[in-house]
Amino acid sequence: MSLLEIRNLRIEFDTAKGPFRALDGVDYMVDAGEVLAIVGESGSGKSVAMLATMGLLPDSATITADKMDFEGTDLRTLSVRERRKVIGKDISMIFQEPIASLNPCFTVGFQLGETLKTHTSLRGRQVKDRVVELLTSVGIPDPEGRINAFPHQMSGGQCQRVMIAMAIACAPKLLIADEPTTALDVTIQKQILDLLVQLQQDSGMGLIMITHDMGVVAETADRVIVQYKGRKMEEADVLSLFESPQNPYTQALLSALPENATGDRLPTVSDFAEAGGF
Amino acid sequence: MSDDVILKVRDLYRTYDISGGMFKKGSTLTAVKGVSFDVKRGSTLAVVGESGCGKSTLARMLTMIDAQSSGSIEIDGLSMDIARTGISKEMRQKVQIVFQNPYGSLNPRQKIGHVLEEPLLLNTDMPAAERRDLALQMLEKVGLQPEHYGRYPHMFSGGQRQRVAIARAIMLQPKLLVLDEPVSALDLSVQAQILNLLADLQDEMGLTYVFISHDLSVVRYLADKVMVMYFGEVVEYGTRDEVFDNPQHDYTKTLFAATPRADAESIRKRLAAKAA
Repeated sequence: MSLLEIRNLRIEFDTAKGPFRALDGVDYMVDAGEVLAIVGESGSGKSVAMLATMGLLPDSATITADKMDFEGTDLRTLSVRERRKVIGKDISMIFQEPIASLNPCFTVGFQLGETLKTHTSLRGRQVKDRVVELLTSVGIPDPEGRINAFPHQMSGGQCQRVMIAMAIACAPKLLIADEPTTALDVTIQKQILDLLVQLQQDSGMGLIMITHDMGVVAETADRVIVQYKGRKMEEADVLSLFESPQNPYTQALLSALPENATGDRLPTVSDFAEAGGF
Repeated sequence: MSDDVILKVRDLYRTYDISGGMFKKGSTLTAVKGVSFDVKRGSTLAVVGESGCGKSTLARMLTMIDAQSSGSIEIDGLSMDIARTGISKEMRQKVQIVFQNPYGSLNPRQKIGHVLEEPLLLNTDMPAAERRDLALQMLEKVGLQPEHYGRYPHMFSGGQRQRVAIARAIMLQPKLLVLDEPVSALDLSVQAQILNLLADLQDEMGLTYVFISHDLSVVRYLADKVMVMYFGEVVEYGTRDEVFDNPQHDYTKTLFAATPRADAESIRKRLAAKAA
């Protein structure tokens, strides 16, 4: 049985101009211990699919799916209260802007502790010990001292490490990382990606990487889903995707990478759209 | 061949005073420490480095947004020291800038036509009809339509906005264009379109680019020369092939090692390491 199994997911938003379909019948399957990358440009519906899984979309969204199971539990029928027990504990998520995702008014130690107090039976001294342990495991120097630091006193990379610590605090079975390194420098990006993959391999959790960066996909994923305008273009294991992309859109994306440039001009996706007809 | 050099920077410094608090003494931060380089007419210099390395401060000084603390900048034979001499219209017409964020760098209340005409209005005595003609020409040159003239920035996509920002920068026919991460906020396919546009404009107008970026694959694609900055200093400076094939400084090597590789060979290696 898959860890997460979603069949025929459709998401529509009510807008002033009528319903807008953000996602049109896409399937997602993730096994424990697997790294799935969802790649696409803005507007491809890659984030919205996972926000729907987390139950984080606003009321203006209509979500329908034939199946939406996490470990055999149907996510569609969960009440808000029941869902809260799963979200943040068994499924957790990391967002793109680490500094904006943390509350500026509380210390990082407090915010980490909050997660633990909500989902575990740890109290008092135990919480503090576990927070130090978590900060150590994500590679924050001087974790004892950093407990009392506010987000603005830390760099972007360190804030992202805190976010990761928070996400893995309750040993989730599935971690969703939405563009976790887009706002970071390449050297820091490398550290964060290595950390995520390390944690994923050590704990055997499932990991979903949402990204627009083909380099990040190549460095982390086992399996890849390519999306465009709310539809799935291609799904393949990472090696075959890069070696022999089947879909014209994937081919276009890969050839638009500057490192793959052969001539004077970069081919653009619209060049392919005319030929490939997607 | 000194005629060929359009931008000449010598021993450039920029310091900022950090004011102290009640119990804290003020200090100074040196953002750019003694940078010197030359850029040839019609070529592209790429400036690479992580956040806080002083690359944007350098861009601000080159485009006269900020004055240098010491050192000299010479653009097309014109010495730029705005703290002493102020800014003349002539200086403005030599150099222009394109910023990273096309959403933040256009005024939401200004129509595109007005955005494009403003540099002419401020720096030349051109009559209104001529300004309008030039703006329409420029829209076409950057791949937009004449009907976009009367629209507002929010009606455009990110890539289109970056085209508008580029059009605005070249309205004055500058010699030098400073591009501060012009494609970092864009999708891959749009990035390719903008890079193509920049290459076309360089050929057509003989522009010289100072291209600031942290994306090494983009730099490798378009740079003639590469300058790597680290904590305000230049740690590596050479032609693209010299820097990419044989990096000397430790930081450059770290940077190359950290850049994700999107080729089948690296993926195979990674998967093999994982299976082991």
